[in-house]
Amino acid sequence: MHKTMKQEIFELIENTALTGNVSRLRLRGDVSAITVPGQFVQVQIEGLYLRRPFSVCDRDENSFTVLYENVGAGTDILHTMAFGSKLDVLTGLGNGFDVCRCGDTPLLIGGGTGISPLYWLAKKLLNTGKAPTALLGFNTADDVFYADEFEALGIHTIITTADGSRGLKGFVTEAMKLPHSCFYACGPEEMLRAVCKASPMPGQLSLDRRMGCGFGACMGCTVITRNGPMRICKEGPVLDREEIIWED
Amino acid sequence: MGRLSVDLCGIELDNPVIPASGTFGYGYEFAELYDINCLGTFSFKGTTLQPRYGNPLPRIAEAKAGMLNAVGLQNPGVEAVIREELPKLAKCFRKPVIANVSGFFAEEYAEVCCLLDAQNQVGWLEVNISCPNVHGGGMSFGTDPETAAEITRAVKAVTTKPVIMKLSPNVTDIVSIARACEDAGADAISLINTLLGMRFDLTTRRPILANDTGGLSGPAVFPIALRMVWQVSHAVRIPVIGLGGVSSADDVIEMMTAGATAVQIGAANLVDPFICRDIISVLPARLDHYGIENISDLTGGSR
Repeated sequence: MHKTMKQEIFELIENTALTGNVSRLRLRGDVSAITVPGQFVQVQIEGLYLRRPFSVCDRDENSFTVLYENVGAGTDILHTMAFGSKLDVLTGLGNGFDVCRCGDTPLLIGGGTGISPLYWLAKKLLNTGKAPTALLGFNTADDVFYADEFEALGIHTIITTADGSRGLKGFVTEAMKLPHSCFYACGPEEMLRAVCKASPMPGQLSLDRRMGCGFGACMGCTVITRNGPMRICKEGPVLDREEIIWED
Repeated sequence: MGRLSVDLCGIELDNPVIPASGTFGYGYEFAELYDINCLGTFSFKGTTLQPRYGNPLPRIAEAKAGMLNAVGLQNPGVEAVIREELPKLAKCFRKPVIANVSGFFAEEYAEVCCLLDAQNQVGWLEVNISCPNVHGGGMSFGTDPETAAEITRAVKAVTTKPVIMKLSPNVTDIVSIARACEDAGADAISLINTLLGMRFDLTTRRPILANDTGGLSGPAVFPIALRMVWQVSHAVRIPVIGLGGVSSADDVIEMMTAGATAVQIGAANLVDPFICRDIISVLPARLDHYGIENISDLTGGSR
Protein backbone atom coordinates (compact mmCIF):
# COMPACT_ATOMS: atom_id res chain seq x y z
CA MET A 1 0.00 0.00 0.00
CA HIS A 2 2.42 2.72 1.10
CA LYS A 3 6.16 2.63 0.64
CA THR A 4 8.51 1.42 3.32
CA MET A 5 10.03 4.07 5.55
CA LYS A 6 13.30 5.70 4.62
CA GLN A 7 16.16 7.19 6.60
CA GLU A 8 17.51 10.27 4.83
CA ILE A 9 19.45 13.45 5.53
CA PHE A 10 17.37 16.59 4.97
CA GLU A 11 18.41 20.22 4.67
CA LEU A 12 16.53 22.87 6.60
CA ILE A 13 15.19 25.46 4.14
CA GLU A 14 12.70 27.28 6.37
CA ASN A 15 12.14 27.67 10.11
CA THR A 16 9.81 30.61 10.68
CA ALA A 17 7.59 31.58 13.59
CA LEU A 18 3.87 31.63 12.77
CA THR A 19 2.74 32.69 16.26
CA GLY A 20 4.51 33.24 19.57
CA ASN A 21 4.80 29.51 20.04
CA VAL A 22 4.24 27.77 16.70
CA SER A 23 6.73 27.55 13.84
CA ARG A 24 6.82 26.21 10.31
CA LEU A 25 9.73 23.97 9.36
CA ARG A 26 10.53 22.98 5.80
CA LEU A 27 13.06 20.27 5.04
CA ARG A 28 14.48 19.46 1.61
CA GLY A 29 15.50 15.96 0.58
CA ASP A 30 14.14 12.61 -0.57
CA VAL A 31 10.42 12.72 0.25
CA SER A 32 9.50 9.62 -1.78
CA ALA A 33 8.42 7.64 1.29
CA ILE A 34 5.92 10.33 2.36
CA THR A 35 2.85 9.23 0.44
CA VAL A 36 -0.29 9.68 2.56
CA PRO A 37 -1.62 12.70 4.52
CA GLY A 38 -1.59 11.90 8.22
CA GLN A 39 1.77 10.13 8.09
CA PHE A 40 4.57 11.41 10.30
CA VAL A 41 8.35 11.66 10.39
CA GLN A 42 10.87 11.02 13.19
CA VAL A 43 13.55 13.69 13.45
CA GLN A 44 16.89 13.13 15.15
CA ILE A 45 17.74 16.20 17.20
CA GLU A 46 21.32 16.70 18.33
CA GLY A 47 21.72 16.28 22.07
CA LEU A 48 18.67 14.04 22.45
CA TYR A 49 18.65 10.26 22.28
CA LEU A 50 15.20 9.40 20.97
CA ARG A 51 13.90 10.86 17.73
CA ARG A 52 10.92 13.24 17.90
CA PRO A 53 7.76 12.66 15.86
CA PHE A 54 6.10 15.37 13.72
CA SER A 55 3.14 14.95 11.40
CA VAL A 56 3.57 16.07 7.82
CA CYS A 57 1.65 19.27 7.00
CA ASP A 58 2.44 19.31 3.29
CA ARG A 59 4.92 18.02 0.75
CA ASP A 60 6.03 18.81 -2.78
CA GLU A 61 8.54 17.19 -5.12
CA ASN A 62 11.60 17.68 -2.95
CA SER A 63 10.55 19.02 0.44
CA PHE A 64 8.04 18.64 3.22
CA THR A 65 6.55 20.96 5.82
CA VAL A 66 5.98 20.48 9.53
CA LEU A 67 4.15 22.81 11.92
CA TYR A 68 5.42 22.48 15.47
CA GLU A 69 4.74 24.00 18.84
CA ASN A 70 7.53 24.68 21.33
CA VAL A 71 6.59 22.20 24.02
CA GLY A 72 9.83 20.77 25.35
CA ALA A 73 13.49 19.94 24.98
CA GLY A 74 13.25 18.70 21.39
CA THR A 75 11.26 21.56 19.92
CA ASP A 76 13.33 24.10 21.89
CA ILE A 77 16.45 22.89 20.07
CA LEU A 78 14.63 22.64 16.73
CA HIS A 79 13.49 26.24 17.16
CA THR A 80 17.10 27.49 17.15
CA MET A 81 18.15 25.58 14.02
CA ALA A 82 19.21 27.73 11.10
CA PHE A 83 18.81 27.60 7.32
CA GLY A 84 21.07 24.95 5.83
CA SER A 85 21.19 22.74 8.96
CA LYS A 86 21.23 19.02 8.25
CA LEU A 87 18.74 16.70 9.94
CA ASP A 88 18.56 12.89 9.97
CA VAL A 89 14.88 11.97 9.43
CA LEU A 90 12.89 8.74 9.19
CA THR A 91 10.09 9.35 6.69
CA GLY A 92 6.96 7.54 5.63
CA LEU A 93 5.84 6.48 9.13
CA GLY A 94 2.32 5.52 10.12
CA ASN A 95 -0.80 4.70 8.14
CA GLY A 96 -2.22 8.16 7.41
CA PHE A 97 -5.81 9.11 6.65
CA ASP A 98 -7.94 7.01 4.33
CA VAL A 99 -9.08 9.54 1.71
CA CYS A 100 -11.40 7.08 -0.05
CA ARG A 101 -13.94 6.55 2.70
CA CYS A 102 -15.20 10.07 3.24
CA GLY A 103 -18.26 10.87 1.14
CA ASP A 104 -18.46 14.19 -0.70
CA THR A 105 -18.47 16.75 2.13
CA PRO A 106 -15.89 15.78 4.76
CA LEU A 107 -15.29 18.02 7.77
CA LEU A 108 -11.64 18.50 8.79
CA ILE A 109 -11.42 19.30 12.50
CA GLY A 110 -8.14 20.50 13.96
CA GLY A 111 -7.09 21.86 17.34
CA GLY A 112 -3.84 23.82 17.70
CA THR A 113 -0.95 22.12 15.87
CA GLY A 114 -3.40 19.28 15.20
CA ILE A 115 -4.46 21.25 12.12
CA SER A 116 -1.10 20.39 10.55
CA PRO A 117 -1.88 17.06 8.79
CA LEU A 118 -5.30 18.37 7.73
CA TYR A 119 -3.73 20.86 5.32
CA TRP A 120 -2.23 18.25 2.98
CA LEU A 121 -5.37 16.14 3.52
CA ALA A 122 -7.52 19.06 2.33
CA LYS A 123 -5.42 19.36 -0.82
CA LYS A 124 -5.70 15.62 -1.51
CA LEU A 125 -9.47 15.66 -0.99
CA LEU A 126 -9.84 18.65 -3.32
CA ASN A 127 -7.83 16.78 -5.95
CA THR A 128 -10.25 13.89 -5.80
CA GLY A 129 -13.26 16.17 -6.29
CA LYS A 130 -14.45 16.37 -2.69
CA ALA A 131 -15.68 19.52 -0.99
CA PRO A 132 -14.00 19.59 2.42
CA THR A 133 -14.73 22.15 5.15
CA ALA A 134 -11.98 23.11 7.59
CA LEU A 135 -12.87 23.72 11.24
CA LEU A 136 -9.85 25.01 13.12
CA GLY A 137 -9.85 25.59 16.87
CA PHE A 138 -7.48 27.80 18.87
CA ASN A 139 -7.37 29.40 22.31
CA THR A 140 -7.14 33.08 21.32
CA ALA A 141 -6.80 35.23 18.17
CA ASP A 142 -3.03 35.44 18.84
CA ASP A 143 -2.74 31.66 18.58
CA VAL A 144 -4.37 31.40 15.14
CA PHE A 145 -2.14 30.18 12.30
CA TYR A 146 -2.68 28.71 8.83
CA ALA A 147 -6.22 30.11 8.55
CA ASP A 148 -5.14 32.03 5.44
CA GLU A 149 -3.46 28.96 3.94
CA PHE A 150 -6.61 26.88 4.36
CA GLU A 151 -8.74 29.68 2.89
CA ALA A 152 -6.34 30.02 -0.02
CA LEU A 153 -7.20 26.46 -0.97
CA GLY A 154 -10.67 27.79 -1.68
CA ILE A 155 -12.40 25.73 0.97
CA HIS A 156 -14.88 26.90 3.56
CA THR A 157 -12.79 27.58 6.68
CA ILE A 158 -14.31 28.11 10.12
CA ILE A 159 -12.20 29.46 13.00
CA THR A 160 -13.15 29.05 16.64
CA THR A 161 -11.35 30.53 19.63
CA ALA A 162 -12.01 29.60 23.23
CA ASP A 163 -12.19 33.28 24.26
CA GLY A 164 -14.07 34.49 21.19
CA SER A 165 -11.32 36.90 20.15
CA ARG A 166 -11.52 35.59 16.58
CA GLY A 167 -14.16 33.63 14.71
CA LEU A 168 -16.77 31.75 16.67
CA LYS A 169 -16.50 31.75 20.46
CA GLY A 170 -16.01 28.36 22.08
CA PHE A 171 -14.65 24.97 21.06
CA VAL A 172 -14.77 23.29 17.66
CA THR A 173 -17.81 21.32 18.75
CA GLU A 174 -19.82 24.59 18.68
CA ALA A 175 -19.44 24.63 14.90
CA MET A 176 -20.31 21.00 14.18
CA LYS A 177 -24.05 21.52 13.77
CA LEU A 178 -24.24 21.34 9.97
CA PRO A 179 -24.37 17.89 8.35
CA HIS A 180 -21.21 16.48 6.75
CA SER A 181 -20.46 13.12 5.16
CA CYS A 182 -17.72 12.33 7.69
CA PHE A 183 -15.00 13.97 9.76
CA TYR A 184 -11.23 13.80 10.02
CA ALA A 185 -9.85 15.08 13.33
CA CYS A 186 -6.47 15.80 14.87
CA GLY A 187 -5.82 17.71 18.08
CA PRO A 188 -5.76 17.44 21.86
CA GLU A 189 -7.23 14.25 23.34
CA GLU A 190 -10.07 16.19 25.04
CA MET A 191 -11.03 17.73 21.70
CA LEU A 192 -11.08 14.35 19.94
CA ARG A 193 -13.25 12.90 22.67
CA ALA A 194 -15.62 15.89 22.56
CA VAL A 195 -15.87 15.67 18.77
CA CYS A 196 -16.88 12.02 18.93
CA LYS A 197 -19.42 12.84 21.63
CA ALA A 198 -20.87 15.76 19.65
CA SER A 199 -21.56 13.91 16.44
CA PRO A 200 -22.49 10.41 15.32
CA MET A 201 -21.05 10.83 11.80
CA PRO A 202 -18.29 8.46 10.65
CA GLY A 203 -14.82 9.72 11.49
CA GLN A 204 -11.10 9.12 11.47
CA LEU A 205 -8.92 10.47 14.27
CA SER A 206 -5.18 10.97 14.42
CA LEU A 207 -3.93 10.06 17.90
CA ASP A 208 -0.84 11.29 19.69
CA ARG A 209 1.05 9.04 22.11
CA ARG A 210 4.56 9.20 23.53
CA MET A 211 6.61 7.03 21.19
CA GLY A 212 9.97 5.33 21.30
CA CYS A 213 11.04 4.25 17.83
CA GLY A 214 8.12 5.40 15.64
CA PHE A 215 8.21 2.35 13.37
CA GLY A 216 6.69 -0.50 15.35
CA ALA A 217 9.70 -2.06 17.04
CA CYS A 218 9.58 -1.02 20.69
CA MET A 219 5.87 -1.42 21.56
CA GLY A 220 6.10 1.85 23.46
CA CYS A 221 2.87 3.36 22.09
CA THR A 222 0.44 0.44 21.97
CA VAL A 223 -3.19 1.16 22.83
CA ILE A 224 -6.02 -1.32 23.24
CA THR A 225 -8.69 -0.85 20.59
CA ARG A 226 -11.86 -2.69 19.67
CA ASN A 227 -9.69 -4.54 17.13
CA GLY A 228 -7.07 -5.53 19.70
CA PRO A 229 -3.72 -3.94 20.58
CA MET A 230 -2.53 -1.38 18.01
CA ARG A 231 0.77 0.48 17.83
CA ILE A 232 -0.05 4.15 17.31
CA CYS A 233 3.15 4.53 15.26
CA LYS A 234 2.49 1.59 12.95
CA GLU A 235 -1.21 0.62 12.78
CA GLY A 236 -1.97 4.30 13.58
CA PRO A 237 -1.72 7.17 14.16
CA VAL A 238 -5.09 7.34 12.38
CA LEU A 239 -7.82 5.14 13.82
CA ASP A 240 -11.51 4.88 12.97
CA ARG A 241 -13.71 6.31 15.69
CA GLU A 242 -15.31 2.89 16.09
CA GLU A 243 -11.95 1.37 16.99
CA ILE A 244 -11.19 3.75 19.83
CA ILE A 245 -12.02 2.83 23.41
CA TRP A 246 -12.28 6.06 25.40
CA GLU A 247 -11.13 5.68 28.97
CA ASP A 248 -13.25 7.46 31.57
CA MET B 1 34.89 -19.57 9.03
CA GLY B 2 35.09 -15.88 8.09
CA ARG B 3 37.07 -13.42 10.14
CA LEU B 4 33.85 -12.15 11.76
CA SER B 5 32.45 -15.57 12.65
CA VAL B 6 32.06 -16.70 16.25
CA ASP B 7 30.86 -19.89 17.90
CA LEU B 8 27.89 -19.54 20.24
CA CYS B 9 27.26 -22.80 22.10
CA GLY B 10 28.23 -24.96 19.12
CA ILE B 11 26.33 -22.94 16.51
CA GLU B 12 28.45 -20.80 14.22
CA LEU B 13 27.38 -17.18 13.73
CA ASP B 14 28.60 -15.35 10.60
CA ASN B 15 29.31 -12.40 12.87
CA PRO B 16 28.77 -11.55 16.56
CA VAL B 17 26.09 -8.88 15.96
CA ILE B 18 22.69 -9.77 17.44
CA PRO B 19 19.72 -7.37 17.77
CA ALA B 20 18.50 -7.64 21.35
CA SER B 21 15.08 -8.82 22.42
CA GLY B 22 12.38 -6.17 22.57
CA THR B 23 14.01 -3.91 20.00
CA PHE B 24 13.55 -6.04 16.88
CA GLY B 25 10.05 -7.49 17.17
CA TYR B 26 9.85 -10.89 15.48
CA GLY B 27 12.25 -9.71 12.79
CA TYR B 28 10.05 -9.45 9.73
CA GLU B 29 9.41 -5.72 10.09
CA PHE B 30 13.14 -5.00 9.86
CA ALA B 31 13.30 -7.38 6.90
CA GLU B 32 11.30 -4.74 4.98
CA LEU B 33 14.25 -2.38 5.55
CA TYR B 34 17.23 -4.63 4.81
CA ASP B 35 18.14 -8.28 4.35
CA ILE B 36 18.29 -9.42 7.97
CA ASN B 37 20.25 -12.53 6.95
CA CYS B 38 23.34 -10.33 7.32
CA LEU B 39 22.89 -10.58 11.11
CA GLY B 40 24.66 -13.16 13.26
CA THR B 41 21.16 -13.92 14.53
CA PHE B 42 18.64 -11.94 16.60
CA SER B 43 16.71 -12.42 19.81
CA PHE B 44 12.99 -12.12 19.30
CA LYS B 45 10.48 -10.24 21.46
CA GLY B 46 10.13 -11.62 24.97
CA THR B 47 7.44 -14.28 24.84
CA THR B 48 5.21 -15.50 27.65
CA LEU B 49 2.70 -18.33 27.98
CA GLN B 50 -0.34 -16.03 27.84
CA PRO B 51 -0.78 -12.99 25.60
CA ARG B 52 0.13 -9.78 27.40
CA TYR B 53 -0.90 -6.21 26.63
CA GLY B 54 1.81 -4.84 28.92
CA ASN B 55 1.83 -1.66 30.99
CA PRO B 56 -0.30 1.47 30.58
CA LEU B 57 1.11 4.45 28.61
CA PRO B 58 3.39 6.35 28.74
CA ARG B 59 5.88 3.52 28.51
CA ILE B 60 8.84 5.50 27.16
CA ALA B 61 10.90 8.41 28.49
CA GLU B 62 13.99 10.22 27.28
CA ALA B 63 17.20 10.13 29.36
CA LYS B 64 20.66 11.60 28.87
CA ALA B 65 22.33 9.36 26.28
CA GLY B 66 19.60 6.81 26.63
CA MET B 67 15.98 6.00 27.28
CA LEU B 68 13.68 4.45 29.84
CA ASN B 69 11.11 1.85 28.89
CA ALA B 70 8.36 0.17 30.84
CA VAL B 71 6.66 -1.79 28.08
CA GLY B 72 5.96 -4.72 30.39
CA LEU B 73 6.46 -7.68 28.05
CA GLN B 74 3.74 -6.96 25.53
CA ASN B 75 3.52 -10.06 23.32
CA PRO B 76 0.84 -12.21 21.69
CA GLY B 77 1.65 -15.33 23.77
CA VAL B 78 3.70 -18.37 22.77
CA GLU B 79 0.98 -20.13 20.80
CA ALA B 80 0.38 -17.13 18.54
CA VAL B 81 4.14 -16.68 18.18
CA ILE B 82 4.47 -20.24 16.92
CA ARG B 83 1.34 -20.07 14.76
CA GLU B 84 1.78 -16.60 13.25
CA GLU B 85 5.08 -14.88 13.95
CA LEU B 86 7.54 -17.71 13.28
CA PRO B 87 6.07 -18.60 9.85
CA LYS B 88 6.32 -14.91 8.85
CA LEU B 89 9.92 -14.87 10.07
CA ALA B 90 10.74 -18.05 8.12
CA LYS B 91 10.02 -16.19 4.89
CA CYS B 92 12.74 -13.61 5.51
CA PHE B 93 15.29 -15.23 7.87
CA ARG B 94 16.99 -18.55 7.18
CA LYS B 95 19.28 -18.69 10.23
CA PRO B 96 18.50 -20.09 13.67
CA VAL B 97 16.92 -17.42 15.90
CA ILE B 98 17.23 -16.82 19.65
CA ALA B 99 13.86 -17.36 21.34
CA ASN B 100 13.51 -14.97 24.28
CA VAL B 101 11.27 -16.30 27.05
CA SER B 102 9.73 -14.67 30.11
CA GLY B 103 7.49 -15.91 32.85
CA PHE B 104 6.01 -15.51 36.27
CA PHE B 105 6.82 -18.92 37.78
CA ALA B 106 9.23 -21.75 36.99
CA GLU B 107 6.62 -24.03 35.43
CA GLU B 108 5.57 -21.26 33.06
CA TYR B 109 9.12 -20.72 31.84
CA ALA B 110 9.43 -24.46 31.32
CA GLU B 111 6.17 -24.72 29.40
CA VAL B 112 7.05 -21.87 27.03
CA CYS B 113 10.56 -23.26 26.52
CA CYS B 114 9.16 -26.73 25.87
CA LEU B 115 6.89 -25.37 23.11
CA LEU B 116 9.68 -23.31 21.53
CA ASP B 117 12.16 -26.19 21.82
CA ALA B 118 10.03 -28.02 19.25
CA GLN B 119 10.51 -25.25 16.65
CA ASN B 120 13.28 -25.90 14.12
CA GLN B 121 13.82 -22.18 13.59
CA VAL B 122 14.86 -21.76 17.21
CA GLY B 123 18.59 -22.20 17.79
CA TRP B 124 18.87 -21.03 21.39
CA LEU B 125 16.53 -20.23 24.26
CA GLU B 126 17.28 -16.96 26.03
CA VAL B 127 15.62 -16.95 29.42
CA ASN B 128 14.80 -13.48 30.70
CA ILE B 129 15.05 -13.47 34.48
CA SER B 130 15.70 -9.76 34.48
CA CYS B 131 12.68 -7.78 33.25
CA PRO B 132 12.35 -4.81 35.62
CA ASN B 133 8.88 -3.82 34.40
CA VAL B 134 6.59 -6.62 35.57
CA HIS B 135 5.42 -7.43 39.05
CA GLY B 136 6.01 -10.92 40.42
CA GLY B 137 8.41 -12.88 38.23
CA GLY B 138 10.67 -11.08 35.82
CA MET B 139 13.60 -9.48 37.56
CA SER B 140 12.80 -11.04 40.92
CA PHE B 141 14.10 -14.37 39.55
CA GLY B 142 17.36 -12.81 38.51
CA THR B 143 18.28 -11.10 41.76
CA ASP B 144 18.73 -14.22 43.88
CA PRO B 145 21.21 -17.02 43.01
CA GLU B 146 18.91 -19.78 44.30
CA THR B 147 15.91 -18.74 42.21
CA ALA B 148 18.07 -18.07 39.16
CA ALA B 149 19.38 -21.64 39.47
CA GLU B 150 15.86 -23.00 39.93
CA ILE B 151 14.63 -21.38 36.70
CA THR B 152 17.75 -22.59 34.88
CA ARG B 153 17.15 -26.18 35.98
CA ALA B 154 13.44 -26.01 35.10
CA VAL B 155 14.26 -24.88 31.56
CA LYS B 156 17.20 -27.22 31.04
CA ALA B 157 14.93 -30.15 31.93
CA VAL B 158 12.68 -29.52 28.92
CA THR B 159 15.12 -28.64 26.13
CA THR B 160 18.20 -29.91 24.37
CA LYS B 161 18.84 -26.49 22.84
CA PRO B 162 21.45 -24.20 24.35
CA VAL B 163 20.00 -22.15 27.21
CA ILE B 164 21.16 -18.56 27.64
CA MET B 165 20.25 -16.96 30.97
CA LYS B 166 19.69 -13.20 30.63
CA LEU B 167 20.74 -11.43 33.81
CA SER B 168 19.77 -8.21 35.51
CA PRO B 169 22.32 -5.57 36.45
CA ASN B 170 20.12 -4.54 39.40
CA VAL B 171 22.03 -6.73 41.85
CA THR B 172 24.84 -6.36 44.34
CA ASP B 173 26.88 -9.32 43.13
CA ILE B 174 26.38 -10.22 39.46
CA VAL B 175 29.06 -12.92 39.61
CA SER B 176 27.19 -15.01 42.20
CA ILE B 177 24.05 -15.04 40.00
CA ALA B 178 26.05 -15.99 36.89
CA ARG B 179 27.85 -18.78 38.73
CA ALA B 180 24.56 -20.13 40.09
CA CYS B 181 23.18 -20.28 36.53
CA GLU B 182 26.34 -21.99 35.24
CA ASP B 183 26.26 -24.55 38.05
CA ALA B 184 22.57 -25.23 37.27
CA GLY B 185 23.47 -26.09 33.68
CA ALA B 186 23.17 -22.82 31.73
CA ASP B 187 24.99 -22.93 28.39
CA ALA B 188 25.59 -19.18 28.19
CA ILE B 189 24.91 -15.91 29.98
CA SER B 190 23.66 -12.68 28.43
CA LEU B 191 23.93 -9.38 30.25
CA ILE B 192 22.95 -6.71 30.97
CA ASN B 193 19.21 -6.16 30.87
CA THR B 194 18.13 -2.58 31.66
CA LEU B 195 18.92 -0.67 34.83
CA LEU B 196 15.97 0.34 36.97
CA GLY B 197 15.41 4.09 36.76
CA MET B 198 12.81 6.84 36.59
CA ARG B 199 12.07 10.40 35.41
CA PHE B 200 9.60 13.03 36.62
CA ASP B 201 7.51 15.54 34.72
CA LEU B 202 8.27 18.83 36.46
CA THR B 203 4.95 20.36 35.44
CA THR B 204 2.80 17.66 36.99
CA ARG B 205 5.45 16.48 39.49
CA ARG B 206 4.43 12.94 38.60
CA PRO B 207 6.67 10.19 37.22
CA ILE B 208 6.68 10.32 33.40
CA LEU B 209 6.17 6.57 33.10
CA ALA B 210 2.72 5.25 34.04
CA ASN B 211 4.58 2.34 35.68
CA ASP B 212 6.53 4.97 37.71
CA THR B 213 9.83 3.16 37.09
CA GLY B 214 11.37 1.68 33.97
CA GLY B 215 14.53 0.21 32.54
CA LEU B 216 17.39 2.47 31.41
CA SER B 217 19.22 1.53 28.22
CA GLY B 218 21.34 3.24 25.59
CA PRO B 219 24.93 4.55 25.57
CA ALA B 220 24.57 5.77 29.19
CA VAL B 221 24.76 2.18 30.46
CA PHE B 222 27.62 0.96 28.24
CA PRO B 223 30.42 1.30 30.84
CA ILE B 224 28.31 -0.57 33.41
CA ALA B 225 27.62 -3.34 30.91
CA LEU B 226 31.33 -3.60 30.07
CA ARG B 227 32.25 -3.87 33.72
CA MET B 228 29.70 -6.62 34.38
CA VAL B 229 30.61 -8.57 31.24
CA TRP B 230 34.26 -8.35 32.26
CA GLN B 231 33.52 -9.55 35.81
CA VAL B 232 31.25 -12.42 34.73
CA SER B 233 33.34 -13.64 31.78
CA HIS B 234 36.32 -13.98 34.05
CA ALA B 235 34.29 -15.94 36.62
CA VAL B 236 32.47 -18.51 34.44
CA ARG B 237 33.57 -20.97 31.73
CA ILE B 238 30.44 -20.64 29.56
CA PRO B 239 30.17 -17.95 26.86
CA VAL B 240 28.92 -14.49 27.74
CA ILE B 241 26.85 -12.36 25.36
CA GLY B 242 27.47 -8.71 26.10
CA LEU B 243 24.81 -6.05 25.73
CA GLY B 244 23.96 -2.64 27.10
CA GLY B 245 24.38 0.59 25.15
CA VAL B 246 26.33 -0.90 22.24
CA SER B 247 25.98 1.58 19.36
CA SER B 248 28.98 1.22 17.05
CA ALA B 249 31.49 -1.25 15.61
CA ASP B 250 34.05 -0.02 18.13
CA ASP B 251 31.57 -0.70 20.94
CA VAL B 252 31.24 -4.29 19.65
CA ILE B 253 35.01 -4.67 19.66
CA GLU B 254 35.24 -3.17 23.15
CA MET B 255 32.51 -5.48 24.47
CA MET B 256 34.35 -8.52 23.10
CA THR B 257 37.60 -7.24 24.54
CA ALA B 258 35.83 -7.23 27.92
CA GLY B 259 35.14 -10.93 27.44
CA ALA B 260 31.99 -11.26 25.36
CA THR B 261 31.69 -14.05 22.78
CA ALA B 262 28.91 -12.22 20.93
CA VAL B 263 27.23 -8.84 21.29
CA GLN B 264 23.61 -7.75 21.35
CA ILE B 265 22.40 -4.35 20.23
CA GLY B 266 19.20 -3.00 21.74
CA ALA B 267 18.15 0.61 22.12
CA ALA B 268 20.29 1.72 19.17
CA ASN B 269 17.92 -0.17 16.80
CA LEU B 270 15.09 2.09 17.93
CA VAL B 271 16.96 5.26 17.01
CA ASP B 272 18.72 3.98 13.90
CA PRO B 273 16.86 1.02 12.38
CA PHE B 274 19.78 0.22 10.05
CA ILE B 275 22.47 0.23 12.73
CA CYS B 276 23.12 -3.53 12.95
CA ARG B 277 23.57 -3.82 9.18
CA ASP B 278 25.86 -0.79 9.19
CA ILE B 279 27.97 -2.06 12.11
CA ILE B 280 28.47 -5.42 10.40
CA SER B 281 29.61 -3.73 7.21
CA VAL B 282 32.25 -1.57 8.92
CA LEU B 283 33.54 -4.22 11.37
CA PRO B 284 36.25 -5.60 9.01
CA ALA B 285 37.72 -2.13 8.52
CA ARG B 286 37.71 -1.49 12.25
CA LEU B 287 39.44 -4.84 12.87
CA ASP B 288 42.07 -3.81 10.33
CA HIS B 289 42.46 -0.51 12.12
CA TYR B 290 43.24 -2.27 15.40
CA GLY B 291 45.34 -4.97 13.77
CA ILE B 292 42.96 -7.79 14.68
CA GLU B 293 42.77 -10.75 12.28
CA ASN B 294 39.73 -12.66 13.57
CA ILE B 295 37.10 -11.08 15.77
CA SER B 296 36.86 -14.20 17.94
CA ASP B 297 40.50 -13.62 18.98
CA LEU B 298 39.22 -10.66 21.00
CA THR B 299 37.11 -12.62 23.45
CA GLY B 300 38.77 -12.55 26.81
CA GLY B 301 41.81 -10.92 25.26
CA SER B 302 41.91 -7.87 27.50
CA ARG B 303 45.23 -7.26 29.16
